[in-house]
Amino acid sequence: MAIIEMSDLGKRYGPRVAVDSVSFEVAEGEIFGVLGPNGAGKTTTVECVAGLRTPDRGSVSVLGRRPADVRASIGVQLQDSELPERMRVSEALSLFSSFYPEPADWSERLGLTEHLGVEFGRLSGGLKQRLSIALALVGSPRVAILDELTTGLDPQARRDTWSVIEEVRAAGVTILLVTHFMEEAERLCDRVAVFRDGRIVALDTPSALVSRVDGATRVRFVPSAALDVSLLEALPEVTGVSSVGEQLVVSGSEDLLHAVTSLLARRQIVARQLRVDQVSLDDAYVELTGGRHVEDH
Amino acid sequence: MLKIIEIEARLFVRDRLNSLFAILFPSLLLLVLGAIPALRTPDANFGGQRFIDSYMSALVVFTLVFIGLQRLPAVVATYREKGVLRRLSTTPMHPARLLAGQMVVNFAAVILSVLLLMVVGYVVFGVDLPHHPLGLACAVVLGGAGTFALGLVIAALAPNARAAGGWATVVFMLLMFFGGVYLPRFMLPSVIQAIGSYTPPGVEALQQAWLGTAPDWRHLAIMGLVSLVAGTVAARTFRWE
Repeated sequence: MAIIEMSDLGKRYGPRVAVDSVSFEVAEGEIFGVLGPNGAGKTTTVECVAGLRTPDRGSVSVLGRRPADVRASIGVQLQDSELPERMRVSEALSLFSSFYPEPADWSERLGLTEHLGVEFGRLSGGLKQRLSIALALVGSPRVAILDELTTGLDPQARRDTWSVIEEVRAAGVTILLVTHFMEEAERLCDRVAVFRDGRIVALDTPSALVSRVDGATRVRFVPSAALDVSLLEALPEVTGVSSVGEQLVVSGSEDLLHAVTSLLARRQIVARQLRVDQVSLDDAYVELTGGRHVEDH
Repeated sequence: MLKIIEIEARLFVRDRLNSLFAILFPSLLLLVLGAIPALRTPDANFGGQRFIDSYMSALVVFTLVFIGLQRLPAVVATYREKGVLRRLSTTPMHPARLLAGQMVVNFAAVILSVLLLMVVGYVVFGVDLPHHPLGLACAVVLGGAGTFALGLVIAALAPNARAAGGWATVVFMLLMFFGGVYLPRFMLPSVIQAIGSYTPPGVEALQQAWLGTAPDWRHLAIMGLVSLVAGTVAARTFRWE
């Protein structure tokens, strides 16, 4: 069942088109990633889901209703939104708790308990971020919108936050996650939508996006004996072969390694200094948004 | 809503410098002025009153314009600039309630400040308690509403918190001048005195309610009108982000 439905959404600010014909559905319990360069329309899109903006065109519904009608079921963590300098962590939590019928306390799981008496203006960037996540979850939302969740966190805190997100999802919350970090999207998201110039240019599981890239796997080795390159090129799994000095670089599909090693074994050639590289979501993202090869728009 | 008021009150108190200044300064100034013998001797210039009697209303004016123009617009504009109001827009609670809480707390500070001034004046210098308490209450409420509304207009129209602070300070100075805070009103030309009766927070109505017989209803009506017009402008033009 789709818990978030967006269809043909359009939004412009003056002459500038921020979002154009964006459609997607998010199923209950899913972690849905929103990727894309700055200015690609990610934030505008999630702000429409959060009920902060009214689209010019198209429709968006959360739990089958207008977002503004179900605010109590949507938890939001915004980019660049602060609290009064002198408000303490405990005050922020109790203030926000008072807005919701069934408040939940995430402060312990987010490591905020020792900082309850600290004023917002004195928190480090990482703690501000964690407080902002705690406030997004304070209303026991059915849908959580997290914009740039781990920006400003150190790698350890980032991993801790990821486990919190997995816990949140395990509790049945649907998550819309805007992120810059491919590692984060790969680790957390069931599906991701890649935005570019206000449109979705790809929408799939992270692994499917990766496999779209030509030559997703690359095998490098130095053969122990001379090897006819055309034999490699004849393999159906291979899309390209090049050589760098003695070293051969073979690229191709996911099953490439097995095909290459089988061929070498039959010829009784040993692959020395063997290395296998997998194209990551990072590479796929660059292809999809940077337009190096991608022509579709 | 109670929670909002509670937290806004805590934030107000925590900002010690501003909150103490707003509440204590008028009484302290009264003590300092009253320490000067000439100012606590009846004089024909003050209509047979003492200077400090005639200055009570100016001290109330100070409280109202300080809180309404030096605190309110800065806090509101900062809330907007920092995204506090935007953040609240995503919750089931409308951010207008935060502004309402802010005004409740500020108004409570006004009341405290005026009560303290009344007690200090009465106990230390024998200044009469308000002759027309209801009239004074109306004058404070309507004058406060007018001044707060002007503060909100500034917060609504100013592009950012810095600009809001600057604009508010100009209006603050002007209202203090017309309200007889810099120079006592008897020293001002009659035209300025007349203007001062109609600019928020309405010094003439405050003075008449405190030590005269009753405030002129026209002065109160003007304050009501100012609040209504400025309040409407603020509500129409206010941006939440």
